[in-house]
Amino acid sequence: MNESFLQSANFIQSAYLVAAVMFILGLRNLSSPKTAVSGNIQAAIGMFIAIVATLLDANVVTYGVIIGGIVVGSALGAALALRIEMTSMPQMVALLNGFGGAASALVASAELLSQPETGAVHDGIIPFAIVVSVLIGSITLTGSAVAFAKLQELVGGGAVTYPGQQFVNGALGITLLGLAGVVMMDTGNVNAFYGVIGLSLLLGILLVIPIGGADMPVVISLLNSYSGLAACATGFVLDNSTLVVSGSLVGASGLILTQIMCVAMNRSLGNVLFGAFGAAAVSEGSTGEAGAQDQGNVIAYTPQDAAVIFSNAQSVIVVPGYGMAVAQAQHAVRDLADTLVEKGISVKFAIHPVAGRMPGHMNVLLAEADVPYDRLVEMDEINPEFPETDVAIVIGANDVVNPSAREDEGSPIYGMPILNVDSAEHVFVIKRSMNPGFAGIQNPLFFKDNTMMIFGDAKKVVVSLAEAVRNY
Amino acid sequence: MLEAPAIASLTILVLALFVGVEIITKVPPLLHTPLMSGSNAISGITIVGAILAAGSDSGMLSTVLGFIAIVMATVNVVGGFLVTNRMLAMFKPKKPSQS
Repeated sequence: MNESFLQSANFIQSAYLVAAVMFILGLRNLSSPKTAVSGNIQAAIGMFIAIVATLLDANVVTYGVIIGGIVVGSALGAALALRIEMTSMPQMVALLNGFGGAASALVASAELLSQPETGAVHDGIIPFAIVVSVLIGSITLTGSAVAFAKLQELVGGGAVTYPGQQFVNGALGITLLGLAGVVMMDTGNVNAFYGVIGLSLLLGILLVIPIGGADMPVVISLLNSYSGLAACATGFVLDNSTLVVSGSLVGASGLILTQIMCVAMNRSLGNVLFGAFGAAAVSEGSTGEAGAQDQGNVIAYTPQDAAVIFSNAQSVIVVPGYGMAVAQAQHAVRDLADTLVEKGISVKFAIHPVAGRMPGHMNVLLAEADVPYDRLVEMDEINPEFPETDVAIVIGANDVVNPSAREDEGSPIYGMPILNVDSAEHVFVIKRSMNPGFAGIQNPLFFKDNTMMIFGDAKKVVVSLAEAVRNY
Repeated sequence: MLEAPAIASLTILVLALFVGVEIITKVPPLLHTPLMSGSNAISGITIVGAILAAGSDSGMLSTVLGFIAIVMATVNVVGGFLVTNRMLAMFKPKKPSQS
């Protein structure tokens, strides 16, 4: 076959380089909401270039299967992306993480399992890269599936623990590494290779089940990073630099987000992954010292009572949490904010890094409800403003506003940076009941003299609050 | 112990990690969710490997695995970029008319 210029390795490699540069520029443009849309389009164009270049590769001889796969995948992907509710974004990202990891593992598997047909000899770093790709990719697939099931509430969101859990996982991990070593020595050992796949899939499930719902931001970030690292390892298998570059970019991104989430909870990654936080705290802490002590009285308010206080207020800070997402209350919250602004009150939103179930979850929901992004303020920036604020409204948030994190050294969340809502003149807490949050940690905020509880479904309460303010 | 291509790839890996850390730390928390879905779409680059596996006549097994990988990677690419675009389009600054 005559190799035309378009099919030459140099042309294809140059196209890959352009694609990698587009990814970097695209991600760089995510640094501001003004340039972010064009950044995303740049990255998408880079991907298109990479795909077209690959289709021109002289090694690609059959197109039917490829076109079929792309058509099916595009239809599925587009249907998902256009229909998904913004509140379900964590599930969507979990699903995409899993698919990305699985695709990389499949490519590496195909490379190893087609050895008899292709006669390819795998030496040097390739056997190692194949095993790493399959191992990380498989863990990402099943780990993401469990995260998805928890977020979608197909299974309970709590931490699943059993005696000897660490031991079982440790033993499995060591067996897995042993088998991986066998495959690296002899890539023809197909049975050992299937063992690696099976154990990795199993380990992905077992590693994520002990992690509770509120720790999901860390898990999703970490799995995000894994999907990139799996792609990176596949790049080594195929000696393809675009995969290496893109994979490392995504790997770095996920690791940074993981780090940010851990810092925002004042916990180490090891503690999040192996601490089984939700389960442990419920068994030890919920009826312990904090719960048993007489913490004082709870002041319950109706929305009408609250409207009286708003009538004298000049500044309001809204603190949204996962409860706002569950109740789909973001539009009602925007309406309340607009009503307050019409009354001449300044309204800001305080966003804790781990509010919700994934990094940035609250920002997306409020943006969906048309809240201008300049009203969404990060924790460190807004904390000094609480003492000068008339009313802080806590909607479906709990641990991220718990003063125990600041004051009570015995508390499991001691040291976690929080939003200091308690220093506001008045605090309204909208909550279903007095039940403690996921970790079973009692919240002294609810018993403070300047805190008023408004009980009920977040959406209903916010709607009647807005109504009461309008009618006052 | 490592041959030249592996060293070259390793060099690229390390440099790309540094670039990644530099640009990702500049993404504000406001955009962390779109960052995740967008970077997810980028990790769909593994579609390049999937196309090579499915289309390069390396036996039935490779074609089948490649096909499944193409479907999954395409969901990642198309779903990831579209949903990111949908989210980013929602982020609007304060309108001048609003107070």
